[in-house]
Amino acid sequence: MTGVLAAATAAVVVCMGLGLARSIAGPTVFDRILALNSFGTKTVLLIALVGYLSGRPAFLDLGLVYALMNFIGTIAALKFTRFGDLAGMEDDASEEVY
Amino acid sequence: MVHPVEVLSWACVLGGSVFVIIGGVGLLRLPDFYTRIHAAGITDTLGAWLILIGLMLHEGFTLGCAKLAMLLFFLLATSPLSSHALAKAAYLRGLDPLQGRELVDRHEVDDSA
Repeated sequence: MTGVLAAATAAVVVCMGLGLARSIAGPTVFDRILALNSFGTKTVLLIALVGYLSGRPAFLDLGLVYALMNFIGTIAALKFTRFGDLAGMEDDASEEVY
Repeated sequence: MVHPVEVLSWACVLGGSVFVIIGGVGLLRLPDFYTRIHAAGITDTLGAWLILIGLMLHEGFTLGCAKLAMLLFFLLATSPLSSHALAKAAYLRGLDPLQGRELVDRHEVDDSA
């Protein structure tokens, strides 16, 4: 099982690198948010895998918290790109952000 | 003799890693934002589910299994929602999808580069 878990961990880490490259390359702000969201999902997987790899399944609690935080963060960033700030909704026709 | 459920768990985790890699490469290589959502969706759904189901099979019927099931449920509920919100925000902001010949040409240019 250890070898399988190590291989899966390596695959997830490599893909986190690919996602990070996309988030740096852009070109639009939505590409960056998409890459960030995908990065967060892979972080949850990495936490779960590393937890089992090191024999400490209590890491799963961290994964649960991270999954919820990731979703909230994505929605907050999307609202920011849509309306220009996190509180108001009247600024609909603001200038282009991306 | 390895238990059959354990072999099934290995198969799930390895299959999940393959889908995670496919999604990661697609996220980097596909030509346009809306196609990249598709690639990220593969990672978020099949890749994550197979890895978590594999870990559940490895864990057996314990508290850890319940936590993994909760994780699976959160990913099931939130990842399509955030993909949809992302696509809608981009479309309302006026980001046009590449279409028809444009998409194919752009992809061929990317391949030759």
